[in-house]
Amino acid sequence: MKYASRIYLCLIFSVLYIPIFTLILFSFNVENSTAEFAGFSLRWYIELFNSPETFTALRNTLLLAVLSALLSTVIGTAAAEGIYKMRSRFIKGAITSVTNIPMMNPDIVTGMSMMLFFAAVMGIFKISDYNEIGFAAMLIAHTTFCLPYVILSVLPRINELGDSLSEAALDLGCTPVSAFFRVKLPNIMPGVISGMVMAFTLSLDDFVISYFVGPTNFQTLPLLIYSMTKKKVTPDMYALSTIIIVSVFILLIISNIRSGKRADENKRKRGAVK
Amino acid sequence: MKKKSLMRSIAAAPHIFWAVLFIVLPLIIVGVYAFTDAEGNFSLANIAALTDYVPIFWLSLELSVIATAVCLVIGYPLAYIIAKSSPRAQKIFIMLLMLPMWTNLLIRTYSIMAILDDGGFLNTLLNTSFHIVGTKGAVIFGMVYDFLPYMVLPIYTCVSKIDKHMWEAASDLGCSPVKTMLKVIFPLSMSGIISGVTMVLVPSISTFYISQKLGGGTFELIGDTIERQFVTGALNVGAAISLVMMVLILISITVMNRFSEGDEGGIIV
Amino acid sequence: MSKLIELKGISKSYDGEKVLEGINLYIRDKEFITLLGPSGCGKTTTLRIIGGFETADEGQLYFDGAEISDVPAYKRPINTVFQKYALFPHLNVYENIAFPLRLKKTPEAEIRERVTEMLKMVALSGFENKSVSTLSGGQQQRVAIARALISHPRVLLLDEPLGALDLKLRKDMQNELKSIQKAIGITFIYVTHDQEEALSMSDTIVVMADGEIQQIGTPTDIYNEPKNAFVADFIGESNIIDGVMLEDRKVRLEGHTFDCLDEGFGRGEPVDVVIRPEDVDVVKPEAGMLTGQVTAVTFKGVHYEIIVDIGGFKWMIQSTDYVAPEATIGLYIEPDAIHVMKKSKYSGKFGDYSSFSDELDQLSDADAAEEF
Repeated sequence: MKYASRIYLCLIFSVLYIPIFTLILFSFNVENSTAEFAGFSLRWYIELFNSPETFTALRNTLLLAVLSALLSTVIGTAAAEGIYKMRSRFIKGAITSVTNIPMMNPDIVTGMSMMLFFAAVMGIFKISDYNEIGFAAMLIAHTTFCLPYVILSVLPRINELGDSLSEAALDLGCTPVSAFFRVKLPNIMPGVISGMVMAFTLSLDDFVISYFVGPTNFQTLPLLIYSMTKKKVTPDMYALSTIIIVSVFILLIISNIRSGKRADENKRKRGAVK
Repeated sequence: MKKKSLMRSIAAAPHIFWAVLFIVLPLIIVGVYAFTDAEGNFSLANIAALTDYVPIFWLSLELSVIATAVCLVIGYPLAYIIAKSSPRAQKIFIMLLMLPMWTNLLIRTYSIMAILDDGGFLNTLLNTSFHIVGTKGAVIFGMVYDFLPYMVLPIYTCVSKIDKHMWEAASDLGCSPVKTMLKVIFPLSMSGIISGVTMVLVPSISTFYISQKLGGGTFELIGDTIERQFVTGALNVGAAISLVMMVLILISITVMNRFSEGDEGGIIV
Repeated sequence: MSKLIELKGISKSYDGEKVLEGINLYIRDKEFITLLGPSGCGKTTTLRIIGGFETADEGQLYFDGAEISDVPAYKRPINTVFQKYALFPHLNVYENIAFPLRLKKTPEAEIRERVTEMLKMVALSGFENKSVSTLSGGQQQRVAIARALISHPRVLLLDEPLGALDLKLRKDMQNELKSIQKAIGITFIYVTHDQEEALSMSDTIVVMADGEIQQIGTPTDIYNEPKNAFVADFIGESNIIDGVMLEDRKVRLEGHTFDCLDEGFGRGEPVDVVIRPEDVDVVKPEAGMLTGQVTAVTFKGVHYEIIVDIGGFKWMIQSTDYVAPEATIGLYIEPDAIHVMKKSKYSGKFGDYSSFSDELDQLSDADAAEEF
């Protein structure tokens, strides 16, 4: 039984990783091919670093991801607190339902609706060049589809925390606002941070919605990749992906080691008391 | 009293404003486009034209339902094995599962295509000439490959929360392992299965990139259709298809949630 | 002593269900007052209204003569020790206690001095840098008290503060709380469902049930002269028997006329008569004022608990002498052991031990079960 499940895990994970390893392999290809490996070289990495287009796209992607993660975290955390305090079950339900629409809806529909919306905005404000509002449109679109994930990550924390700590803070002289910042926020921080990280990665990774909303003067990496895969892909895209995978891998390992250490420390602390 | 209860929830105000402006309003505009012609006059022509797309819709449904089923069949045992391993191993497996998701979907899909293509890595390596890209199987494989983690993660979360004593209780009460699985563990992980199914089905049914690359341009899915309307500027028809797809998906999600969680599901749409 | 807090006609309902109805109560300065009652009686809601966490639907709340009904919690000179302590998990012991002072931007040196002093008072010196989650229940309790007292409130509210502690610790903390209250000389408003706790700590007890105040008085008053069947039953053990007042100092029950000390009832008025189990003497059948058959005897350590059937009504009697089950015994009751009460809506609901057993009492009486 144990044996069988091990084989099963190996099988699934190798299928999952074959395309990734192929991609890494071909990023070192000396030839311009993603099918035949002719020899090892760093040619595509050098080409990548010499491509201003890629760098602009990378910068744009990061800028957009950071801004939309921040914006959605601030609005979403406040919203979670507000939703928690709502008394009427009906209004609560209505608001969560509307909020969850971008999460439930296929990206293609969200993208389409956003595009039509911004077209209407252009019509109303008599803007002729979409590039003028392009960045704002991207930021709004990304923040909108990140919001439900932030709320989904923060709201359970607030529910779990309950009112007792806030009441204690009020009792000891905090105004409601300072009670939130001094007591509630520090205690829901893990939820806020994981919401922000999720928003950041979603924005980083989004292709479909950006495809519908993106202006010509603000290209993100996924959009760049798409336009390149329309033709035959050169291995420099593979090189870029390899860099992303390796850095994410390192980040994950670091965070895992750190959280492991923290867990050990906590165990020791608790052990010492007993 | 009324005013006070409004003040309590003032923190939600920016979000409500945002949601109305950027979620509800755009969807209303989609509705408006769906029921008007290119000049902006009321028209049912777009809705009527939908009948042309029924075969495409059935094909999309067929492929995505098969892909979802395959994901469930492969993913459930995987989630279960992961949930049953040591905490350290669990962490590593989950990390391994999420890592490919950090590679852009386009790149992953492209990489599969580069491997499976007629003149691709696989055929070059084995010196064969399998024709894979361009078949339904390739598209389904792409969907399964790209969205499998979405199936595994919620099921894993659900299964790992099931009390260990549940097994003991079940066997104590005379359940065989198989029966325990079917009568206790499976029903308890239903909410994970439901959310896994939605998370795979929705992007599969609406994808256009996977079918473009792995379908080799030989067939069109509903996502491709919407994308084509968008590129060619036939926005009204595109809006009508989007609208219908959205309504169908939201209805089926609501029904599934109701089915699995009783009254609570209503709140989560 | 002056009235420090006064509640006038306070009513409150949740979703159309009344939880408090016309509460009138005043609390004196430096008093230890306990709100006592079964769960759901409205005692915690009353406390939360005083603390400022709930607003009453009707009625006014006065503090030191000024109305504070609409003053928010953070502006009231009243602090609370919460049921589950509500310590801030992200702050250590020192910072938890220093929290109210930091809000007031107190100078660092003064904070250090006052926190140190507080920690000494609650016997937690040396715990400054401990994380609150590593403390035991009793220690958390002390931190919560220190934190609530550090800004010198006029009133301390305590919401079942000992509920989460085990029995031994609870007894110790009772004494400690009482001595802290004496030492700092402020008003304590204490909420509990534990009648023993209430009797041993309080200057004044307010017995509540069904959102209404049943009786206000000193512990001895409440025990010796309960106002109605609910209070008699809730505080200690009681036999509550239907009786008729014949004239002043004469009450008839179970077919026998007893001398008593109660006056002021109408002639022939139906009343509830309370007789505490420890006030009944067991005598030979022929010497008894009443006779009955023993149905159950339980050894309780200090005494035997004897259930006696007298004319179909089961009495509980506590006696240091053993009697055999099935035996017929006589009961002798002194006039001062009899307490006569007016009929109330609680008449006939309490004080019969016919279905009595220790376990059954806890199971069937789930609402009031916590009191044991």
